[in-house]
Amino acid sequence: MDSALIPKGVKRCPLWQFLLFIGAAGIVLLWGVYAMFLCWFKGLNQTNMNDYYGFALWIWADLAVIAVGGGAFFTGLLRYIFGKDALKNIINYAVLIGFICYSSALLILAIDIGQPLRGWFIFWHANVHSMLTEVAFCLSCYFGVLTIEYIPLILENRQIDKVPFFHHLGHNMHEVMAVFAATGAFLSFFHQGSLGGVAGVLFGRPFAFREGIFIWPWTFFLFTWSAAACGPCFTILVTKITEKVVGKKLVKDYAIELLAKISGWMLLTYTIAKFIDTWYWATVLAPSQGFTLMDFYTNNPLYGIWILITEIAICGLVPAAILMTPKGRKNPVALWIAISLAVAGVCLNRWVMVLQIMAVPVMTFDNWVLYFPSWQEVATTILPVAYGVILIAISYRYLPVFPNEAELNPIEPLPAEEAEEKSVEPPVDLELELKPAEA
Amino acid sequence: MKEGRTHKKFQKFGMVIDLDKCTGCGSCMVACMAENNVPFRKDESNKLLSITWMRVYKLTNGMPFPKIDVCYLPRPCMQCEGQHEGHSPCVSVCPAIATDYSMESGIVSQIYTRCFGCRYCMASCPYHARYFNWWDPIWPDGMEKYLSPNVSPRMRGVVEKCSFCFHRYQLAKDRAFMEGRPELQEDEYQTACTQACPAGAITFGDLNNPKHTVSKMAEPDPKHSGRPKNPNAFRLLERLGTNPKVYYLSSREWVRRAGDNYLKNEKKVKKPVHHG
Repeated sequence: MDSALIPKGVKRCPLWQFLLFIGAAGIVLLWGVYAMFLCWFKGLNQTNMNDYYGFALWIWADLAVIAVGGGAFFTGLLRYIFGKDALKNIINYAVLIGFICYSSALLILAIDIGQPLRGWFIFWHANVHSMLTEVAFCLSCYFGVLTIEYIPLILENRQIDKVPFFHHLGHNMHEVMAVFAATGAFLSFFHQGSLGGVAGVLFGRPFAFREGIFIWPWTFFLFTWSAAACGPCFTILVTKITEKVVGKKLVKDYAIELLAKISGWMLLTYTIAKFIDTWYWATVLAPSQGFTLMDFYTNNPLYGIWILITEIAICGLVPAAILMTPKGRKNPVALWIAISLAVAGVCLNRWVMVLQIMAVPVMTFDNWVLYFPSWQEVATTILPVAYGVILIAISYRYLPVFPNEAELNPIEPLPAEEAEEKSVEPPVDLELELKPAEA
Repeated sequence: MKEGRTHKKFQKFGMVIDLDKCTGCGSCMVACMAENNVPFRKDESNKLLSITWMRVYKLTNGMPFPKIDVCYLPRPCMQCEGQHEGHSPCVSVCPAIATDYSMESGIVSQIYTRCFGCRYCMASCPYHARYFNWWDPIWPDGMEKYLSPNVSPRMRGVVEKCSFCFHRYQLAKDRAFMEGRPELQEDEYQTACTQACPAGAITFGDLNNPKHTVSKMAEPDPKHSGRPKNPNAFRLLERLGTNPKVYYLSSREWVRRAGDNYLKNEKKVKKPVHHG
């Protein structure tokens, strides 16, 4: 029924199956939307946050999706600025995943503020000294960049592309895409960093506070670095999950392996930097404020030293070692383990840098306070996942997201379709069939 | 800019709380709530959701009977100045300048109509002196008539905190202006908690004015970010560099040590236990 919209040369599941899938994800989405409206209309009393946990699950989700969405800017940087051509096979998907992550982050932020109608104050009454202001500006601008990067892909839909205006618009946007990729990388450097700065500047919270260069604490650089290292792992992870779901190979191995290799080296260098930062914090900075390292990891039922070991060793060194070695990244099981650990590691880091900060007592007569989110918080956090699944499903079905798909999964075109193609195609120099959005 | 042109010596309002005098009666908390229209709910048993601009903590030295010793510690907003003027933990992070540091009075303000409820300031405050309005205030029938007309009640979704009864400062300034006096007398501007304390444990005044009692009691050292020279005085979490304007006095060493974190090898002092 919708075959006219499906890219040429590829096969898609029947429409009813697709709609069933969208419907299932849609139910989860509606659940999240219901919780979202509860929060907007009844207020943040719908959450389990309290005066000790002003930042909680949502801020973690925000930081986590932005970190894993870092694959978009870093892959773009590698493809356009460093000229890694092999990545053209995955760049579309990296952009789509980034678009989903950043739109989700903005949505979560819109739910997370006590007075949603005043959300624009952060731009209008901006405090230039606040890291959150930097986050808001760079995040919004970068979301604009991601939208611009995503539009050419939409314009490549078979039916849209038939309209000459859209066809030329898409073509011209491809031409200037390197400029947007560079802009995106610049903006991402700052907002990924300023998200790290959000925690690092809290000089009243010894667990979070770090020294640094000029106005930027070390966490600023660590966040950018970890997003660049683990974001591509998330892109690979989602690609692999998509391949499993649709039951076909979508991206050539050499593209995945190149991205995995670069990720591995980034992860190794990040882990070393993180280790040095932790060492200095534990031996110099925290003691100068009267704390030992173990003060942050004892006397509570959850936050033990295991969390630090997991983050640095299990989710840092192990995946780095796998991804850096050709044998490791060529082995499908090892690759799955490595990218999963890397993604889990960066999410764990963001958890620690939001929720553990709130949990650690600072005054000597204060106590550890733990928190468990309400169902409304959980539903609104799952909402972006459902939204992402739906957007990926629609994009995959109707847009040429994977340029290698037709080549990797050849199908015999029906004679009728071939005839239609010859009669309908505009006489323009196209080279468009399943061309990557950036070509 | 205006402040810079006047060459006026600014005030720095602060508080000294004598913990040896405090009995933990809670009058300061009650007076504060009544004075500042602090909202409350039917069930206030969850203290993580209660709004208490002034909160009294109970500390013990953790020793068994008969060596046990108790101290009550009232905690208002510390009105932190930070390491350079105005760089308090909360003011520096607020993305919309909804909280500001007054160079004229040294008081950290909260602009309720500007605040959009991101709660970054709460995350930054190590004293837990900032509170979020999780609900809209609902006053028992007839109580609206007893609200202070000088303090605006806060709406759901914004952060609030102790303002050192700033409205009293404004009223006192207005009066002084009308009477043609350039400066306030020490007793003209006093906070509600100071006046309500039956034991006289709280003293309030201008830390920059050597004639004021607070200045004499705490002896703030301007060369060391206001660190007290009085050996019995201390500030909460002095080592973090928040530079608070609330000083505590105690003749008991364990109480003074409870004000900050120390490593074991710095000096062996048993950490106090908090009882609510």
